[in-house]
Amino acid sequence: MSSSRARAGYWWYLLPGMLLVTAIVIVPLVMNIYYSFTFYRGILPPQWIGLENWQRLFADAKFWTSFRNSIAMIVAMVVVPTLLGLVIASVLFDLVGKRFGGKVASFLRATYYIPQIIPIVVAAIVIGWIARPDDGAFNSILATVGLDGAQQNWLGDPTWALPTIMVVLIWVQVGYPVVVFMAALARVDPELYEAAELDGANWWHRFRAITIAVIRPEIFVVALTCTIAALKVFAPVYALTRGGPGTSTIVPSYYTYSEFFQRTQVGYGATISTALTVVIVAVSMVFLVAQRRAEQAEEVR
Amino acid sequence: MSGLRNGRRDRRRTGRRTGRRPLDWVLLAIAVLGALVVVAPLLLIVLNSFKSPDDYNQGGPLQLPSHLYFDGLARFWEASDFPTKLWNSIFISSMVAVLGVLVSLLNAYALGIGRARGRLPLLVVFLLANMLPQEALLYPLYSMSKAVGLYDSQWSVIIIFTVIQSAFGTYLLTSVYSGFPRELLEAAEIDGAGRWRTLWQVVVPVSWQTMSVLLIFFFIWTWNEFLIPTTFLISNDKQTVPLAVAALQGERLMDVTTTSASALLGLIPTLVFFLIFQRTLTRGVTAGAVK
Repeated sequence: MSSSRARAGYWWYLLPGMLLVTAIVIVPLVMNIYYSFTFYRGILPPQWIGLENWQRLFADAKFWTSFRNSIAMIVAMVVVPTLLGLVIASVLFDLVGKRFGGKVASFLRATYYIPQIIPIVVAAIVIGWIARPDDGAFNSILATVGLDGAQQNWLGDPTWALPTIMVVLIWVQVGYPVVVFMAALARVDPELYEAAELDGANWWHRFRAITIAVIRPEIFVVALTCTIAALKVFAPVYALTRGGPGTSTIVPSYYTYSEFFQRTQVGYGATISTALTVVIVAVSMVFLVAQRRAEQAEEVR
Repeated sequence: MSGLRNGRRDRRRTGRRTGRRPLDWVLLAIAVLGALVVVAPLLLIVLNSFKSPDDYNQGGPLQLPSHLYFDGLARFWEASDFPTKLWNSIFISSMVAVLGVLVSLLNAYALGIGRARGRLPLLVVFLLANMLPQEALLYPLYSMSKAVGLYDSQWSVIIIFTVIQSAFGTYLLTSVYSGFPRELLEAAEIDGAGRWRTLWQVVVPVSWQTMSVLLIFFFIWTWNEFLIPTTFLISNDKQTVPLAVAALQGERLMDVTTTSASALLGLIPTLVFFLIFQRTLTRGVTAGAVK
């Protein structure tokens, strides 16, 4: 009795937070879902049209292109940085840290982390500046080393625009797994390595059997947070290509934005963003279930 | 015990002296090379922000400037009214950092220490709030802000990010507070401290470190935001640094080295911030990843 009254007293502390989250997240989210069933151009009130937007969405090649490009964003923000991050973190921690000193290792770690800290739109402009057509820095470097033939209008060519944006994201992202994995590696008991070494296990065996097993929770978290971030990519596309040339770099969030504010097809924009939300929530749930399974399998063993 | 520790230290010391095989140097060189590749784009930007366009055209992007040229930086500084943008970014990010930590604190106090009823579903709501794509909230927030007269006001951006950041903060602080030492709370209760006083005199001082990590992260995350500020802040004198850098791309005044200078000015504030708070930032990235 007294304990439930004591608990009830804490509700006051939740009041501001709950009011804010209701007004800024829950109500807008519900409204956005509602818009996806309406014809709405932002001026006259929304008109209910049932599933029309959704039918259009599933037949919309541009929408599917945007999701295909999201997979490229996942490669650039999750797959490549996680793999590179694993290698870099274990080289920095196992080798540089132990044989050349912790200061060298943390200096290198900080260097890899720098692009994470700059505004992503500025990071995009930095890479975009290097990838300028004609006299751009990258083209000049290619000319200097005699590869004139490889010069491109990197952002203006439908074949190269998406890979160029992927470079921005890899560059920005790689420092995050490096920092997280290095901290995780500190948890590995050095005696495990010594024992494995005595058993004649080589570096690759130790890496797979010990390192990956110990830092698996961090790999999960990095993969999940980066996948969500990859599905939300907006600023580099906005700053560098506006989805073009053609639809070669369109992503769901930029497609939504252009439907909202350039074509003022609010109903259809809301449909794209609702679909994106569904995908993000589904991906997160798959990840969390997989993680729980993995943890349980570990306990059974 | 101490003998064992000494033994291990000795082993490590000798191991270090004899242990640098040629392969180690090769791997170190590769790690250094990788780090150089990561900073190379920034070095290129620094190198070319102090060149005149003619200098760039003659010497290319890799040569040192033949003379130092500040017109590019000055031109972008003036065209974007950079000091105003800087102040706007500082103002918005600081307000969000402080308000976001405050809201996270109150939420987490109720959920983590008070174990308020409905704790789990509420935590899921906060987690979702942080995970959602901002586009799914954007248009309704846009019309709501117009309805209440907060469109093109920095307060709309401050309120929205206070909520989004505090959703993450609530989640993190609640997990910290779930393991809060009960003895401290009981001692405060015996001393006759009410909940409000317990919060400020016991909970806040004990968890100050986590809160300061949140404060720094909320600041830098808000600083780097783009979509919501670009939608809500349309007047030039209300925009932030990242918007100013993006807005002037493709303008006629932006020749090749002025563009480079604009990127440099966009980089410098966060780089300075990074140098000051490097330790806290790396500690925080780790804390956020391990829950």
